[in-house]
Amino acid sequence: MELDGGSSSTISTGARTIPGRPARHGALYQFTQQSLPACKPVLTPKAVIATFLLMGLVFIPVGLVTLRASYSVVEIVDRYDIDCVPEEYRSNKVAYVKDDSISKNCSRFLKVPKSMRAPIYIYYQLDNYYQNHRRYVKSRSDQQLLHGLGYNDTSPCRPLESSNDLPIVPCGLIAWSLFNDTFKFRRGPSELKVNRKDIAWKSDRNHKFGKQVYPFNFQNGTFTGGAKLDPSIPLSDQEDLIVWMRTAALPTFRKLYGKIEEDLDADDVIVVNLKNNYNTYSFGGKKKLVLSTSSWLGGKNDFLGIANLFVGTFSILISIVFLVLHMKSPR
Amino acid sequence: MKRYVYIDDDETSHELYCDNRISNRKYTVLNFLPKNLWEQFSRFMNQYFLLIACLQLWPLITPVNPASTWGPLIFIFAVSASKEAWDDYNRYLSDKKANEKEVWVVRKGVKKLIQAQDIYVGNIVWLRENDEVPCDLVLVGTSDPQGVCYVETSALDGETDLKTRVIPPACMGIDDELLHKIKGVIECPSPDKDVRRFDANMRLYPPFIDNDVCPLTIKNTILQSCYLRNTEWACGVAIYTGNETKLGMSRGIAEPKLTAMDAMIDKLTGAIFIFQIVVVMVLGIAGNVWKDTEARKQWYVLYPHEGPWYELLVIPLRFELLCSIMIPISIKVSLDLVKSMYAKFIDWDQKMIDLETSIPSHATNTAISEDLGQVEYILTDKTGTLTENKMIFRRCCISGISYGNENGDALKDVELLNAVSSGSSDVVRFLTVMAICNTVIPTRSKTGDILYKAQSQDEDALVQAAAQLHMVFFNKSGNILEVKFNTSILQYEVLETLEFTSDRKRMSVVLKDCQNGKILLLSKGADEAILPYARAGQQTRHFIEATEQYAHLGLRTLCLAWRELKKDEYQDWSLMFKEASSTLVDREWRVAEVCQRVEHDLEILGVTAIEDRLQDGVPETIETLRKAGINFWMLTGDKQNTAIQIALSCNFISPEPKGQLLLIDGKTEDEVCRSLERVLRTMRITTSEPKDVAFVVDGWALEIALKHYRKAFTELAVLSRTAICCRVTPSQKAQLVQILKSCDYRTLAIGDGGNDVRMIQQADIGVGISGREGLQAARAADYSIGKFRFLKRLILVHGRYSYNRTAFLSQYSFYKSLLICFIQIFFSFISGVSGTSLFNSVSLMAYNVFYTSVPVLVSVLDKDLSEETVLQHPQILFYCQAGRLLNPSTFAGWFGRSLFHAIVVFIISIHSYAYDKSEMEEVSMVALSGCIWLQAFVITMETK
Repeated sequence: MELDGGSSSTISTGARTIPGRPARHGALYQFTQQSLPACKPVLTPKAVIATFLLMGLVFIPVGLVTLRASYSVVEIVDRYDIDCVPEEYRSNKVAYVKDDSISKNCSRFLKVPKSMRAPIYIYYQLDNYYQNHRRYVKSRSDQQLLHGLGYNDTSPCRPLESSNDLPIVPCGLIAWSLFNDTFKFRRGPSELKVNRKDIAWKSDRNHKFGKQVYPFNFQNGTFTGGAKLDPSIPLSDQEDLIVWMRTAALPTFRKLYGKIEEDLDADDVIVVNLKNNYNTYSFGGKKKLVLSTSSWLGGKNDFLGIANLFVGTFSILISIVFLVLHMKSPR
Repeated sequence: MKRYVYIDDDETSHELYCDNRISNRKYTVLNFLPKNLWEQFSRFMNQYFLLIACLQLWPLITPVNPASTWGPLIFIFAVSASKEAWDDYNRYLSDKKANEKEVWVVRKGVKKLIQAQDIYVGNIVWLRENDEVPCDLVLVGTSDPQGVCYVETSALDGETDLKTRVIPPACMGIDDELLHKIKGVIECPSPDKDVRRFDANMRLYPPFIDNDVCPLTIKNTILQSCYLRNTEWACGVAIYTGNETKLGMSRGIAEPKLTAMDAMIDKLTGAIFIFQIVVVMVLGIAGNVWKDTEARKQWYVLYPHEGPWYELLVIPLRFELLCSIMIPISIKVSLDLVKSMYAKFIDWDQKMIDLETSIPSHATNTAISEDLGQVEYILTDKTGTLTENKMIFRRCCISGISYGNENGDALKDVELLNAVSSGSSDVVRFLTVMAICNTVIPTRSKTGDILYKAQSQDEDALVQAAAQLHMVFFNKSGNILEVKFNTSILQYEVLETLEFTSDRKRMSVVLKDCQNGKILLLSKGADEAILPYARAGQQTRHFIEATEQYAHLGLRTLCLAWRELKKDEYQDWSLMFKEASSTLVDREWRVAEVCQRVEHDLEILGVTAIEDRLQDGVPETIETLRKAGINFWMLTGDKQNTAIQIALSCNFISPEPKGQLLLIDGKTEDEVCRSLERVLRTMRITTSEPKDVAFVVDGWALEIALKHYRKAFTELAVLSRTAICCRVTPSQKAQLVQILKSCDYRTLAIGDGGNDVRMIQQADIGVGISGREGLQAARAADYSIGKFRFLKRLILVHGRYSYNRTAFLSQYSFYKSLLICFIQIFFSFISGVSGTSLFNSVSLMAYNVFYTSVPVLVSVLDKDLSEETVLQHPQILFYCQAGRLLNPSTFAGWFGRSLFHAIVVFIISIHSYAYDKSEMEEVSMVALSGCIWLQAFVITMETK
């Protein structure tokens, strides 16, 4: 090392004499000499134990708060897809749902377990429905949704880009399979008002679905999918469609149907009059109706709270184990 | 195969042999694009990326926009192609310069000035002093009446001293004018790369000489790229031209070097590729099964009943594309980028600037910095690399009185200067021997200064020193030497020169003092070769003490002695000497024996001590690097003794009894075999002992060993940590590198001269010292540094950091792509195994470029340990050498980490959205930000 010190000192005198070199100080010089300042935390046992302890102390309260929020949410879930099929069709549900001549009306009675504060969100939930299937996800044309017939290239919409040699607006599998069950709610004698506006993202309404684009040649093919659209309403106001077109990532998903803007009291009985149009029978999917209040964290979901609690407890456990180890054999 | 060269007969040679056009180019304008593309696509990774890019053009299966693959791919290819093109263009320019140089050539009896590329085999080429030789020639005439000319062969073998070349006896005495008309035939072997051997015959046609066949040796040739020195002109017959010259044949094509790390990364890439194929197969089959059982029931997916023929392939191919990001295309770009940063750091390093010349270190090859950290063997040249290649006369001991002991420089010792000016006879004789007992040729430069051309640097130092002590050797014409002492001019006639051989370890000259007609024998040599022959009664004790003292100081000692010969004694001996020098059998031995007869009863004049200064910090550097587990081999063209001495003084080998030197020698196959066996046996025994064992081998024995006992020699190479190879040729140096490489060692070759170029090119890493022997080595090398001691910093600091950083960066690149990829795979299980991409093209690209590739570049500044710590504890390099930071098990660790992280991210993001709207875009963004945070966390944790 004697040599090293010597050589570096001679070089430092030489560096000044060599022209065209960056100054001895300053960021550029430090960068070229790879000597930028750096912080090097040393992992001492104490620091590690303290870190884990701190992590535990942060995570556990967060988990508790999250859980509390989740428990404050009141949720009513009602599966109706089987019960709404008349007894005689139970053996062949597909035939029932495909037969337009049979009335699809159905009534459900829901009991409110706890008082629910407005707004109460109405969702329909589909199970085993693969909105994330590649063939399905890709079958849409965002350009056409915005520009309508003015946009000709509908090739992404295959296999449903046109029918009878005319383009379809909105084209593609997603729009074609639009959910078409409808729900009406009554509490006692009076009808519950369901607000079906503002259920879609505002940005979607304003920027992704054209205000001047009207449905055209929709559901006119030989093979009808889901709901029909009113050709006189522009796409930007067809909020059901907009909600539906936001495909779900999971095969079990909920879609917002509307909001009830009245409080519901405990033990109220809600009568739901629904039209059971949508075919989930051919692939064994379930249909559920969900009424739910919301907390600051959204709907009912215990997972986050439990996960936080788990991580917190685990960190504290680790810190205790380390502490014991450290006490037994300190370095 | 033989070739017959007809002197000055163009027609036959035009058909048979190539012209003298030199070409080092790899491409031509026409074949550049196909050849370059072919070369680039011979790398597996590139083929893979091309395949992926092509598949992405099929919209049915592509999950993302094809531009995201094509853009980077084209960019990468364009960059490396233009780099290649630029290099090749520079090669073309330098070839062109050499090819268009003008030379004088005799054609059909007429002397013409033509371009060097138009020389044909058989042409007579005329050269003037200081001309570069354009092709291999057999000498036929020189300006010297004795038929001697001097050439400098440094480009060929790195030796800077002048070599004498003589014209064959058959051409002796031919008049200048007649040389134009000379006709004849030379029978020579087909071109080879041996620069030490040339066995040929020449027969001149009448009227020049009778039909006797005249044998030719290498002594009669001057080879391409040598320089003609101290000779007014010389001419010769072109025998090998163009790329068929000895130099051209030995010029290996520098192959692109691949670091051990690159190889490992390629291997890991292959493993990932196999993993990918397996995943794709499994998911593809599962996807097809799911499609047939489930998807057909999902009416909203609207699967047609009859698919096209390729339907079965669609899902596997989709998964292939989905998984293609497992092998990140960005890895090549970011690795290239950080590698060029490492190179820049080397260029910028102020601690590696040579202060004498202000030359900074330079990394020519920007791609192999990591290999520096994995070096296991260093093969070093001696002269100019370890030493400064400056011999300086330091001390002397004349008849018992030591000079220069006080100030370390005899030339400034007042006592010696006084003794010289007072003309003490011992001192004058000592100086005379110093000045003329040698084979030095004095020349005059344009300014009138005397320059010495010496075969050995020692002689040069002695003559220079004598000149400074007013004994100036200023002229040599024929056999007459002229020396100026103070103001008087003394003349001597050289009668015989008893040349130096490594067996005799001394050289003598017999000369006649023209002043008084006395015949003198002047000798100089190693102490053990001179002192035993002292005249009876002379006290040699203080000379022995002096030599021991000097040797202890690391100086090279020579003893000087003289004797007066009686006339008849000389005449008798002279006859014997002439006879011995003309024998054909065992000539060397016979001559030595005859020399012995006159070299006795010497009067010892004194001892000289010459310093061949080691470069600053060489012993420390070698010691540090050896502590770091690096083995050193010294390959030198120099004599065995000098090599061993230098090796001792720079910690290369330890002196007895700690160290042991094992000699491999012998002139015949059997001898070499025996000594090789012996050395091997000793090696095997001593490997367990803590003893420094080194073997010493000379070029001749090495050649035999490499030819016949390659296996044994390879075993020896593996066993020994240290070796000294002396008298080795450039191609032998390269062969030694080859042997070590074939044993899977990482080799670094360091040298400074043209003779090291091949070894430098052959080694995994070539380091050139931009030194006195020109810039050839530095230019051919991957790294050029100013001084040997910078090697320590280059390896321990730059090499090690580069290795660590690349190890992190490459594994991290795989980690972050695998992370995303695993999430995609998990997602495919909940999306009906249909190959849906959870992430859209934009976020994938952003993830790959902005969120991961760019931040990780800070790792080029990452230092796990400070430079000082590393230099103090070089043992830490073992980690790098053994490849502990990048190997299948560390990679498996990263693989597991990415799998674990992917599971965590996936479960959290899926479960937080379970029983919710779970819009795909939201989920994908949450998962993506999870990945980004996690990998940012990983970077912070892993960089220090």
